[in-house]
Amino acid sequence: MNSGYAVPAVALVVVATVLVGAFGLRVSRTTSDFYVASRTVGPRLNAAAISGEYLSAASFLGIAGLVLVQGPDMLWYPVGYTAGYLVLLLFVAAPLRRSGAYTLPDFAEARLASRPVRRLAGAFVVGVGWLYLLPQLQGAGLTLTVLTGAPDSLGGVIVAVVVTATVAAGGMRSITFVQAFQYWLKLTALLVPALFLVVAWQGDGAPRHAFAEPAAFREQRAVHVDDTVDLTLEAPLTVTVTGTVDGRRHDATALRLPAGTHRIERGTRLTFARGSAVPAADRSADGTMSASLAAGRAERPLYATYGLILATFLGTMGLPHVVVRFYTSPHGVAARRTTVAVLALIGCFYLLPPLYGALGRLYAPELALTGDADAAVLLLPDRMIGGPGGDLLGALVAGGAFAAFLSTASGLTMAVAGVLTQDVLPSRGVRHFRLGTGLAMAVPLAAAVVVGGLPVADAVGLAFAVSASSFCPLLVLGIWWRRLTPPGAAAGMLVGGGSAFLAVTATMAGLPATGSLHALLAWPALWSVPLGFLTMVLVSLATASRVPPGTAAILARFHLPESLGATEVKA
Amino acid sequence: MPQDPAERRVVVTGPPRRTRTGSRGRPGHAPARYRPRTEIDEQTTLGHTYVRSLMRSQLRAALAGFAVLVLLVGPLPLLFAALPDARRLQWALLGFGLYPPLVLLARWYVRRAERNERDFVRLVEDR
Repeated sequence: MNSGYAVPAVALVVVATVLVGAFGLRVSRTTSDFYVASRTVGPRLNAAAISGEYLSAASFLGIAGLVLVQGPDMLWYPVGYTAGYLVLLLFVAAPLRRSGAYTLPDFAEARLASRPVRRLAGAFVVGVGWLYLLPQLQGAGLTLTVLTGAPDSLGGVIVAVVVTATVAAGGMRSITFVQAFQYWLKLTALLVPALFLVVAWQGDGAPRHAFAEPAAFREQRAVHVDDTVDLTLEAPLTVTVTGTVDGRRHDATALRLPAGTHRIERGTRLTFARGSAVPAADRSADGTMSASLAAGRAERPLYATYGLILATFLGTMGLPHVVVRFYTSPHGVAARRTTVAVLALIGCFYLLPPLYGALGRLYAPELALTGDADAAVLLLPDRMIGGPGGDLLGALVAGGAFAAFLSTASGLTMAVAGVLTQDVLPSRGVRHFRLGTGLAMAVPLAAAVVVGGLPVADAVGLAFAVSASSFCPLLVLGIWWRRLTPPGAAAGMLVGGGSAFLAVTATMAGLPATGSLHALLAWPALWSVPLGFLTMVLVSLATASRVPPGTAAILARFHLPESLGATEVKA
Repeated sequence: MPQDPAERRVVVTGPPRRTRTGSRGRPGHAPARYRPRTEIDEQTTLGHTYVRSLMRSQLRAALAGFAVLVLLVGPLPLLFAALPDARRLQWALLGFGLYPPLVLLARWYVRRAERNERDFVRLVEDR
C-alpha cells in the first residue's frame, strides 16, 4: 500500500470534517441547538446523518473481513444491522420522538417518574457507549498502521482529538451536518472503487468460485507469516514450507498436514498449490476486527446465527447514539419517515461490504491466513488494479474508513457526553457539556491506549447484546405497556443487560473454552433478551401498586399525533 | 366510532387539520393554537378509551409488521442449514435479496400507522 496517497486522503477527510463542523457552528447558538439541533432537522438530512453515524468501521472493514474469513454466514451482520432499524421503526420511533426527552435516561424518567431508574439507564448508556467507542478508536489505529506503519495508537488519538473538538464546539447541530456529509463520503469511498473492482473482475473472466466454500487459492501463492498463528485445518492440506511448523524446521519441504490445529512460527513462508483450500488462522485473542466469537459458531452454528440475529435486530434500538438522533426530528411523523429513509440508505450501503468480502476471497485469500482480513477493503484496489490508479482508489477507501471512525465516534461521544452532563456533572449548560465531551472521550481513549486488545467484533457484539437485553425491554414495554413500574424496569435492565454483560465478559476472559456452555455465553441474546423482558414484566406485576400516577397521560402523549394540537410538548 | 367519518367532513368551519404536517409542514409551523380535546386532556374515562383504541390499532400494525419480518427472516438459517450446497442462494439472499422487502415492509408500516393517526384525528375532531 502506497502511503503517499493515503495520508493526504485521511488528512483531507479530517480537515473537511472540521470545516463542515465549523459551518454548523455558525448556526448553533442555543442549548437546544447543542443537544438536539433545536428539533428542526428534516427527514432527509436527518436520515443521512443517522446512517452516517451508524455505519461504523465495524461495518466498513469488519464485515468484509469476516465474510472473507468465514464465508456467507457472516452476511447476517449487515442484514441484522439494517433490520434493527425496521424493528426500531415498528415499535419505538414515533412514540420515542413524542416523549419529548433528550436522551434515553430522560425517556426513562419521563415514563417512570423515577430518579433511580434514570440513573441506571444513564449508567447503561455510558457503559454501552464506551464499549462501542473503544473498538472505533482501536480500529482507527489499526487502519493507520496498515496504511502507513504509524504506531498503533496514533489513529485513535487523531480520531479522539478531532471528534472532541467538533462535538464540544458545535454540539448536535454541527454534528448533524458532519454526519450527513460523512454518509455520502463513505458511500462514495466504497462505491467508486467497487465499480472499478467489478470491472477488473469482469476483465479477469469473472471467476465465480468466491461463492465456493471454503475459499481456495486461484493460483500458486506464497504466504509470508509475520506473526505466529495457529491454523485450524478441517481437511488434510499439502503445502510447501520454509520455516517452522509445529516446532520443527523445514526448508522448502512439501508437507502433508493432517486435519487439526498447527502452529506456524513467525517468519515462516508457506507456498500453497493452485486450488488448495485457504485455512483460517485462529487468533481470537488478538486485536483484529475479524476475530469474532468463531469458536462458539463452529460448535453451535444455528444457535449462534439466531443469537446474532436477535441481538442485532433488537439491539439497534437501544444504541445510545442511534436513539439520541430521533429527538432531532421535528415530530413523530417525521421520525417515522426518517427511519424508512435510513433503512433505504443503510441497505444500499450494505450491498458493498459483502462485495469486497467476496472479491477478497478471490484475490486476497491469504489475508484470512495472516489475520489481516480487516485490511481487505483497504488492500484490494492495490491488489486487483495496481499502479497509481489502484493507489488512488486505495486512498479513497482509506479516507472513507476514517470518515467511518470519525462519524460513529462523534455520535457516541455526543450521546455519552449528553448523559454525563445531565446526570453526573453538577450544573447544566454549554460549558459543562464541553467538559462532559472531554470526559466521554478520555476514558475509552485511555482504555484503548493502555489496555488494547479487546477484539473489535466482540466489543461490538457485546454492545448490541447488552443493549438488546436492557434498553429493548425498557423501550418496548415503556411505550406499549401501562403496568410497567419503576422497580420492574430497574430489575429488568439489571437482570437482562447485566447477565448479557457478564456472559460476554466471561467469554472474552476465556472462561469455558468449549462446549454448549461456551456457545450459550458467547451468544447471550437468545436467553438474555427473554430474561430481561420476563423480569421486567414479572417484577412490574408484583409491584403493581407502584405504577406511576401519570402513566395514562404520558402514554397518551407518546401515541397521540401532533396534529391533534393538544399533545404538542414543549421541552 | 362515527358511522361514516368521510361523509361528516363536509363541515367547512372545522378546526384546521394538520395531518400532512409530516411532509409539508415547516418546523416553525407547529400548531400555535391549542385545541384541547377536553375528554383526552382531562383524562376522563372516555378520553382513556380513545387513547387505548389508538394504541391498540398502532400496536396491531407494529405486530403485523414484526410478524412478517419474523416469517421472512426466521426460517432462513434453517433453510441454509438444510441446504448446505446452496451457497449461491445464501449469498444472493443475504447479500442483496433481503433489503428490498425490508424497505417495502417499512413503507407499508408507515402508511398504515399514519392512516391510523389520521383516522383518529378525524374521529376526535369531528365529534
